Amino acid sequence: MVSLVRWAWSVALTLLGLALVTFAMTRLSPIDPALQLVGDHASQSTYQQARQELGLDQSLPIQFLHYLGTALSGNLGQSISTGQPVAKDIARTFPATVELATVAILIGAGLGLALGIAAAMRRGTWIDSLCRLVSLVGYSVPIFWLGLLMLLLFYARLHWAPGPGRADVVFQYSVKPVTGFALVDTLISGKAGAFLDAIAHLALPAGVLALHSIAAISRLTRASIITELGQEYVTTARARGAGLWRVVFVHVLPNLSGTILTVVALSYASLLEGAVLTETVFAWPGIGRYLTTAMFAGDMPAILGATLVVGTAFVLLNALTDIGVTWLGARKTR
Amino acid sequence: MSFSFHASLDDAPLMRRALRSPAATAGGTLILFVLLLAVFAPLIAPYDPDFQQVASRLMPPDATHWFGTDGFGRDILSRIIYGTRPTLLLVLVVVALMAPLGIVVGILAGYFGGVVERILMRVTDIVMSFPRLLLAFAFVAIMGPGLINGALALTLTSWPAYARQARVETSALGRSDYLAAAEMVGISGVRLLWGHVLPLVLPSAIIRLALDLSGIILAAAGLGFLGLGVRPPTAEWGSMVSEGTQVIFDQWWVAAVPGFAILITSFAFNLLADGLRDVLDPRHD
Repeated sequence: MVSLVRWAWSVALTLLGLALVTFAMTRLSPIDPALQLVGDHASQSTYQQARQELGLDQSLPIQFLHYLGTALSGNLGQSISTGQPVAKDIARTFPATVELATVAILIGAGLGLALGIAAAMRRGTWIDSLCRLVSLVGYSVPIFWLGLLMLLLFYARLHWAPGPGRADVVFQYSVKPVTGFALVDTLISGKAGAFLDAIAHLALPAGVLALHSIAAISRLTRASIITELGQEYVTTARARGAGLWRVVFVHVLPNLSGTILTVVALSYASLLEGAVLTETVFAWPGIGRYLTTAMFAGDMPAILGATLVVGTAFVLLNALTDIGVTWLGARKTR
Repeated sequence: MSFSFHASLDDAPLMRRALRSPAATAGGTLILFVLLLAVFAPLIAPYDPDFQQVASRLMPPDATHWFGTDGFGRDILSRIIYGTRPTLLLVLVVVALMAPLGIVVGILAGYFGGVVERILMRVTDIVMSFPRLLLAFAFVAIMGPGLINGALALTLTSWPAYARQARVETSALGRSDYLAAAEMVGISGVRLLWGHVLPLVLPSAIIRLALDLSGIILAAAGLGFLGLGVRPPTAEWGSMVSEGTQVIFDQWWVAAVPGFAILITSFAFNLLADGLRDVLDPRHD
């Protein structure tokens, strides 16, 4: 119970820190929000009025409290480029990002675990070298460039994959958006063609985005299994006649569940972040592309709103992982 | 990583030990090559990287232009060679700011303990759990594009790992006879931290740095790709990929070549870090 309170306290502090950083950016920015709102040709009095409405005439601590209060009430300001409330824009675009990142982490965790386990069990063989190569390349490749090359190969040359975007024009307006997740929406619409189309559009960007998590997960899985295989309990089990498969799947992997959960969750959080570049390449209408569009337009409320929301999701995901790992550890000792 | 400074106290110097690892040697050689390209760019590059020749725009690779030309008819090979400069410069600035900042915070926290440690490490933990890439993008988008802002953005979010490591090692040292002896002969304050603590904290920070560098190169390239890096027409790999995006389906080399340069450079740093860790960290084999 005490640890839960301490956990909540540290999460709250981190989120407060995040809000402080985004707030500091608005104050450090060379862009004057009042001037951006009223334009260059506004009179001095209109400008002063805009400053007052934005609360810019107050002291910094008061401004920060005001900023926190409005953000907590779900008001992230008005986007300058779309003319909509930023919160509404984000609610519209965030599901696409979550969908992309979720499919990517499923691919990443599946392939990463399989590769890491295989490499650890067959050390020094070709599969071990493959694991090392995949993780080295996965850590080194610029994801936006890989995305472009995949589009070139699978869309333009081989015609295996559909082009950028999230759905064909045919389905874009015929499927009703209920949840905002294309896979779910097309599935409940009952149109098999639309569902397959959604999968086809997801495959390339999710595959590209997954590479980094395959690298991270396979490398860590391999290293931890190898360390664990050196433990005494493994030697004992092997001496009693247990095969390598049995030892790895019955003894070692359950012991590593906390470690594996941590790396998968960390990758998932970083995928939310990495989606910014991937979405830009694949014209994926998620929060990442919203963010980059806002950057080009110098749309400060949208940039900071999106940063705050994705950042909060990132922090919360990591914090929940801590809880999950603690819970797994507690269950093991029981 | 607390083992690594013991490893560096061994007889063989870091360089010779690193040379024993083929991965570190290969990575180091590649990095040296990129470094030479950056230093001697004007002597190596066959053309002026900014010279536009509209008549020969978007030419495929051939004998006169090994990597072809871009949308303005500029020689891509020359731009790749000159593009090493902003990339390495940004990496240099980040390294020069990030590691010292983190190490100072860590040493202060570990040496003084108590309230100082609690406050410093709390701030470290908070910054550590921020989304690094995202905040860097937002920071540069708001403060204005450019190399210095990019470096600042990456620094502000990446120092905590160094602080944590330096703190652990400093507080372990704090209980050692080594520091007690130094204090007994009257060495204290900044002189003690600088002359006796820092040298022992440094080696593991260097390994950490090698591991981080490839990520910094990728982040810098990402900034360039989003148009947040150095201003055009300066050749920069990330923005070159972005320029090639419009013609990717027909003139693929315009985007493919600079992206490959990013991959190779980042790969080289990963190889070096991997090799260094194999040699210096006894827990890996």
